Amino acid sequence: MTYKRKISALVTKMVIPVFLVVLSSWLIFGFEAGFKSEVYITVNELSSNCPPGFKKNKNNECISQNLYKQYNLKNPLGVGGLKTALPPVREGFSPQQIDLGRYLFFDPSLSGDGSISCATCHQPNKGFGDGMATSIGIHGKKGKRSAPSLWNVGYLKQLFWDGRAQSLEKQMQGPLYSEEEMGNTPENLLKTLNENLNYRALFAQAFPNKNSKDSIQLDEIYTALTAFEASLISLNSKYDQYAHGYHQALNQNEIEGLNIFRSFVARCAECHTPPLFTNQQIAVIGSPEPDGLPLDPGAEVPSKDKTLRGGFKVPSLRNIAKTAPYMHSGRFKTLKETVAFYTGGRGHAVPENEDLIIHWHIWEPQLTDKELNRLVDFLHTLTDESFMPRIPKTLPSTKHKTNS
Amino acid sequence: MKKVVSKIIVALILLIAGIFLGKTFFGGSSDTTAPLPTGLRYSGAQMSSDSTQTVNLNTYDGNILEVRDGESIQEAVKEANPGDLIRVYPGVYTETVYIDKDDIALQGIIKEGEWPTLDGKKELNDAFLYSGNNILIENFKIIEYKGNGIMGQAGNNFVLRNNWIIDTGVYGIFPQYGKNGLVEGNILSEIEDAAIYVGMCDNVDVKHNEVFDNVAGIEIENSRHCLVESNYAHNNTGGILAFVTPGLPIKTTFDVIIRNNFVVNNNHENFGAPGSIVAGIPAGTGILIMAADDVIVENNIITGNDNSGITIVDLAQGANLSNDPNSEPNPDRVIILDNFMQNNGNNPVGELKAIMLTQLSNKGPDIIAVGGGVGSTIRNKERYRTFGLGGYGVATITDTKNVRTYMLPEPVAPRSVSQEELGELTYYGVCAGCHAWNTRLIGVPTKIMQAIHNGNPQGIVDYINNPKNLRKDYPEMPPQDYLSDEAKMAVAEYILAMDED
Repeated sequence: MTYKRKISALVTKMVIPVFLVVLSSWLIFGFEAGFKSEVYITVNELSSNCPPGFKKNKNNECISQNLYKQYNLKNPLGVGGLKTALPPVREGFSPQQIDLGRYLFFDPSLSGDGSISCATCHQPNKGFGDGMATSIGIHGKKGKRSAPSLWNVGYLKQLFWDGRAQSLEKQMQGPLYSEEEMGNTPENLLKTLNENLNYRALFAQAFPNKNSKDSIQLDEIYTALTAFEASLISLNSKYDQYAHGYHQALNQNEIEGLNIFRSFVARCAECHTPPLFTNQQIAVIGSPEPDGLPLDPGAEVPSKDKTLRGGFKVPSLRNIAKTAPYMHSGRFKTLKETVAFYTGGRGHAVPENEDLIIHWHIWEPQLTDKELNRLVDFLHTLTDESFMPRIPKTLPSTKHKTNS
Repeated sequence: MKKVVSKIIVALILLIAGIFLGKTFFGGSSDTTAPLPTGLRYSGAQMSSDSTQTVNLNTYDGNILEVRDGESIQEAVKEANPGDLIRVYPGVYTETVYIDKDDIALQGIIKEGEWPTLDGKKELNDAFLYSGNNILIENFKIIEYKGNGIMGQAGNNFVLRNNWIIDTGVYGIFPQYGKNGLVEGNILSEIEDAAIYVGMCDNVDVKHNEVFDNVAGIEIENSRHCLVESNYAHNNTGGILAFVTPGLPIKTTFDVIIRNNFVVNNNHENFGAPGSIVAGIPAGTGILIMAADDVIVENNIITGNDNSGITIVDLAQGANLSNDPNSEPNPDRVIILDNFMQNNGNNPVGELKAIMLTQLSNKGPDIIAVGGGVGSTIRNKERYRTFGLGGYGVATITDTKNVRTYMLPEPVAPRSVSQEELGELTYYGVCAGCHAWNTRLIGVPTKIMQAIHNGNPQGIVDYINNPKNLRKDYPEMPPQDYLSDEAKMAVAEYILAMDED
């Protein structure tokens, strides 16, 4: 075969699939849809580099790397003291899947009416929360709980405040299809993304076994979003520097705060256990709702267990200074108010008609005002946003302004 | 005359020599504990023989730092490097000592009956907090704290011994999340929860301690491979406890041996804090096994406990707590071997009293089992007054003498990575926030760094410590001097060896 013939054969081979894609998309979505896709701003190439905190292995998988991996894994839960290994993390996604997830995460076209993205309630500059007591979903609907931070979410075994989801893939279907949140349906989500040739091309990059004429599947959407969320790592705070042995990282007030935090008087570290600052359990602490709202039964509902009434997942405290207001329904505006709750007395905020089984660690530590301030000082040392992902400047669903 | 003079001189010489010898032999040195020569392996001469192995695990062959009355123990800890021994002389120290370093020994010097005393004056939370591995704390008197006498968080290979702890709040000695430890020869009283509380640990020996006037004497909770031996637990609300507490991240307690202890007259009024788990323990409880599996009770002297000698319950019977689907609530495969039990159950209270009344008895039993659990056995059951042991078979073992210790023959290594791996972890875990191989993020591409410092890792280390802005088109790098010297060199070497093209 001559060189020229090789080229022409190659061209023919390439032209046919491209032609087929155009033809099939035209046939499937009709002329109008085909036309629409042309006005999207094209996102050409997904990143082939893993985000910071991950190393790419030979199989194009991003594997988590951090200084906590130098310590022995004593138990698979990753709870303990300063030099304790972390629990297993969701990893092994490709750089392309993580990058695709980033586009999806910020894309409002994932909601029922194209108005809300994941990032609406999980804003990077608000610690991946939204700064509100309870979030606002589609058509201005007010939710019942506060949007939790997503930093280090790849380490968590239970998701949602009531712990009802055991994987990010399952979790995201909550807000995506909730009428009070993103208000979408699986059918409409697939339709939206499949109509977008941009996304088709990107999914083909992220999932090597498919090409851009294959339709996008739900599990691929979930995988990509999971890949991105699990890449949000925050383990380089001042506290971490201290934990790894650089004791100058914390000032005297902050060290005092750390000692109060881990003391058995305040007992914060008993549930907010380092290094993730959560022991990943459900705890009934009896924190109050905002005025006028009834008690949220929390974990009682998914577990169908009355002894867990008013129970919520212990949240991680990493980047906590960025995610006011606090508690499951945002009752407390400041960290000071929040830590003061724990010294208010066992069950002091439980409604009179409720009989909750308050966690045994909630007691009356009689912390002084000064100690509360030191605790707040310490909580501020848990801030680290050095691995902040970049917000996409243009989205695969972004349209050219001229043609609308 | 000359002879007389020489005789006097000889007599004087002998006298002086005698005084000198007498002083040498009988005067003693000013320290009651002889100083340790550096380089000597720290061995516990007075330890029971079977502890020597583990005591020798930790070597403190660095400097000796001395702390005297009026000085601060914490300042010495700040100054200390791994391997150092801090000797604390008698005096009153009102401070919280936190040890976030590995391989530090804190040794009190007891002099003519005077102890180095940590006094929290009921204002301070904890006397000792440690997170480091290979920590030794011994010979301290600790009083009047609000939280703990000694609390460990995740430190492995710990030795806590010969401490005298009175009224230090919630716990006296509380190692948590630790593997391989020894709690020995301590005396603890007036603690409002457990005097010795081994929580979420593995491979811990608790031996030769005296615990009295506490709510709980010794508590093994959500821990595995623990030996509770030769302790004297008296006049607590409950003497010795092996628990599963639900709702904690570590879910199990199993493989616990409770043997050769005196568990006597544990009838103290319960003064546990409202809401605490031990607040529910009835006064008069000798040994309490709640939901723990594979617990062996052997050769203890269990007498004068007014509720019952040994109580075995499941979680539903034992505590009013939120359920935890991941906590198995039943005590399974408990083995009661021969124990001396006498004079227990003289004044049963609460539920037990009601149960015993149904048996037409106003006396509590030596041993009671209530609730679920399978596979439990007992040796010579007919020796005791029992209730609820109908399902107990005959024990298939006679003793546990083959188990001398549950501590590990080798210390747990603090780290599991090589220098090269540490470099990789540091590069991707820290540096990668600003540097990528061949693209510009915030800082220069790593490839360029490699070209500049080729063959000179120290050059990178120097830059990490003290960055100079080499390029106008890049922002200045903040110093990364918080990295350990080891990590700095490791990452420098890693960067120079990278080949990503």
